[in-house]
Amino acid sequence: MSTVSSSHDLEHGHAEPPRGLTRWLITTNHKDIGTLYLLFSLTMFFIGGAMALIIRAELFQPGLQIVDPHFFNQMTTMHALVMIFGAVMPAFVGLANWLIPMMIGAPDMALPRMNNWSFWIMPFAFTLLLSTLFMPGGGPAGGWTLYPPLVLQTGQAFPFVILAIHMMGASSIMGAINIIATILNLRAPGMTLMKMPLFVWTWLITAYLLIAVMPVLAGAVTMLLTDKFFGTSFFNAGGGGDPVMFQHIFWFFGHPEVYIMILPAFGIISMIIPTFARKPLFGYASMVYATASIAFLSFIVWAHHMFTVGMPLAGELFFMYATMLIAVPTGVKVFNWVSTMWRGAMTFETPMLFAIAFVILFTIGGFSGLMLAIAPADFQYHDTYFVVAHFHYVLVPGAVFSIMAAAYYWLPKWTGHMYDEKLGKLHFWLSVIGVNVLFFPQHFLGLAGMPRRIPDYALQFTEFNMISTVGAFLFGFSQLLFAYNVIQTIRGGAKATDQVWEGAHGLEWTLSSPPPYHTFTTAPEVK
Amino acid sequence: MTQAQAHAPDHYYVPHHSYWPIIASVSLFTLMLGGATLLNGGGNTLLLVGLTLILITMFGWFGTVIRESEKGLYSDQMDRSFRWGMGWFIFSEVMFFAAFFGALFYARAYSVPWLGGETEHGALTQSLLWPQYEAAWPTNGPEKIGGFFAPMHPWSLPAINTLILLSSGVTITWAHWGLIQENRPQLLKGLAATVALGFLFLSLQAYEYLHAYQELHLTLGSGIYGSTFFMLTGFHGLHVTIGAIILTVILMRSLAGHFTPQRHFAFEAAAWYWHFVDVVWLGLFVFVYWL
Repeated sequence: MSTVSSSHDLEHGHAEPPRGLTRWLITTNHKDIGTLYLLFSLTMFFIGGAMALIIRAELFQPGLQIVDPHFFNQMTTMHALVMIFGAVMPAFVGLANWLIPMMIGAPDMALPRMNNWSFWIMPFAFTLLLSTLFMPGGGPAGGWTLYPPLVLQTGQAFPFVILAIHMMGASSIMGAINIIATILNLRAPGMTLMKMPLFVWTWLITAYLLIAVMPVLAGAVTMLLTDKFFGTSFFNAGGGGDPVMFQHIFWFFGHPEVYIMILPAFGIISMIIPTFARKPLFGYASMVYATASIAFLSFIVWAHHMFTVGMPLAGELFFMYATMLIAVPTGVKVFNWVSTMWRGAMTFETPMLFAIAFVILFTIGGFSGLMLAIAPADFQYHDTYFVVAHFHYVLVPGAVFSIMAAAYYWLPKWTGHMYDEKLGKLHFWLSVIGVNVLFFPQHFLGLAGMPRRIPDYALQFTEFNMISTVGAFLFGFSQLLFAYNVIQTIRGGAKATDQVWEGAHGLEWTLSSPPPYHTFTTAPEVK
Repeated sequence: MTQAQAHAPDHYYVPHHSYWPIIASVSLFTLMLGGATLLNGGGNTLLLVGLTLILITMFGWFGTVIRESEKGLYSDQMDRSFRWGMGWFIFSEVMFFAAFFGALFYARAYSVPWLGGETEHGALTQSLLWPQYEAAWPTNGPEKIGGFFAPMHPWSLPAINTLILLSSGVTITWAHWGLIQENRPQLLKGLAATVALGFLFLSLQAYEYLHAYQELHLTLGSGIYGSTFFMLTGFHGLHVTIGAIILTVILMRSLAGHFTPQRHFAFEAAAWYWHFVDVVWLGLFVFVYWL
């Protein structure tokens, strides 16, 4: 039997990968594909970041200085699409690719060729999307939420945007199916569900969210397409439809989408804090149940994005209370992270710094979310910079910080080299200061009444906008340190041990650093 | 290599690298670029090239998988991965249809009654926008978009189509029993009957569309009724077409002697998909045609 197995191995890819560029085009290896996803995400992070800096540069002073309003609107729209679909989501899928097989004792992802396809759709989809900036009439400028009837005024870019979103959706659905099949089918013997690392748990639940809502987004944008080109009346009141209906369908996707971007972050933080507090995670089971509860609630809160649009009173009340309910499982999580650190033997390496900053700053974003959940208060906050401040607090020092933490935490495992700790800490401090200088003043701007998505503003908003722009450039340019540090670590550096971190536990730390090309060719024993 | 050899229980099976996914990405990109170009008023060359490339990809990729499967390379674990994959793919399709059903329910429960002045919310809408509009279903809205039309009657062709699809659900199960009991003639007859019923359904659906456009003046542009009617039945028809093509392939593979009573997931996946289009049709019949 063993001789059969080994000839079988050579025949079916357990041998060395092909060399050169071809390797990356045809690879079915979860580590290669994870690397591709992460590098793609980093590229998009800088492209989306450049757009953000154009926005902030224009907003440094009142009046129109740098770009015309139409281009400004293209930047706000594209910045969101690029950051959500190009930077944050692919980064989490990349982490899932690298880590899930190693964490559950699997040889690879369950459907490796589909895995390759999921990734390679993305660069093409973003080629379509970004190419619209160079078309007559420019890119989409009606906001990433694509509300009709405004979005139907988009020029030549329109079908490109819609079809690019279809491609991204297909990629996400396939990625999610692969993750579910991997987790449910490829766990090593003994790796029961309730022994899975939390990153695996949060991704399992996220994958379900993706499968449930990405097709709904596909449906919504298909209706936009047929309304524009084929004479349907889904969002035309004259034909018996309703533009508000788009908002309902869109946010049925959109709200679970924001949890798609934060649940894997919860998983990462739940892996990192125990390592550097040198204590097991406090309340493992409650973490799992809290994640599942948040996922469930995410399906029944969508209309809190639409309080001011007009809804029956019962709807306003239901969506208000359902939204506030999310604070309960989220509170459980924050409590558990703090309790894990309580009386721990803590050290503060870069991943831990990012993780602690996540807990504090994400919680600020959570609190401002709770304020926005109050329907009568939201009538004031809606479409102001307060909303911008809120979701950037959960997305940047939330989702993005967790990705940074994960990169520093697992980079030594992936590359076999330690990153430059001094540079990492410098990157952390510049980022954490930059991000707060950038987004904290936006709360005040919003409460004072500055609307979002405008290129010009009233004079009294000048100071806070200037401060915010200074923070933006500080934060933006500090990310070059991150890119430099990552590239240097890939190229070389001090040798990392197999366990890397003194307090690290889990199957991935039993492998060599870097791990073998095929993680586990036979199933490891899990006790 | 026999099946028993390939299923070394102590060893994972990992499919080797493949050119098909990257070819699929290029094909999809060409197709989308072609689609966008055509919608913007350009030619259809790119679209046709994209479609051809997609077809080549499907032949090539599925062909590779079928050959590997027939060589017995796939382990039981791989089989389970395929099952999870297909199952959740079908669920994602269900959610795609849910978006359109949601649009139908929203229009009928909220937007049309509001346009007709129902509730405080709607009263203002009606008096300010279209004071003379009375809510009804079917409707093409206060502006009578698309002009006069008659709705589709449920108890004629659609009812027959319901019977056809339900019968095809029976024939495919009968074929499955044939496969499990190693009764090849029953497998082939059952599959052939299912494929025939599928294409019969599609022909009748095409006839119904013709009838709608030419005699009822019911078109895709007939306001919200026409939009929901044609988008829901149209996407369903597309899925029946895909399902019927899948079943045809399964029929051809059965003729070629593929599948054993123990291992025939391709057949089961096709059957799952067929039952899924069947169930969607029942929803359509009740909510689009009947109620």
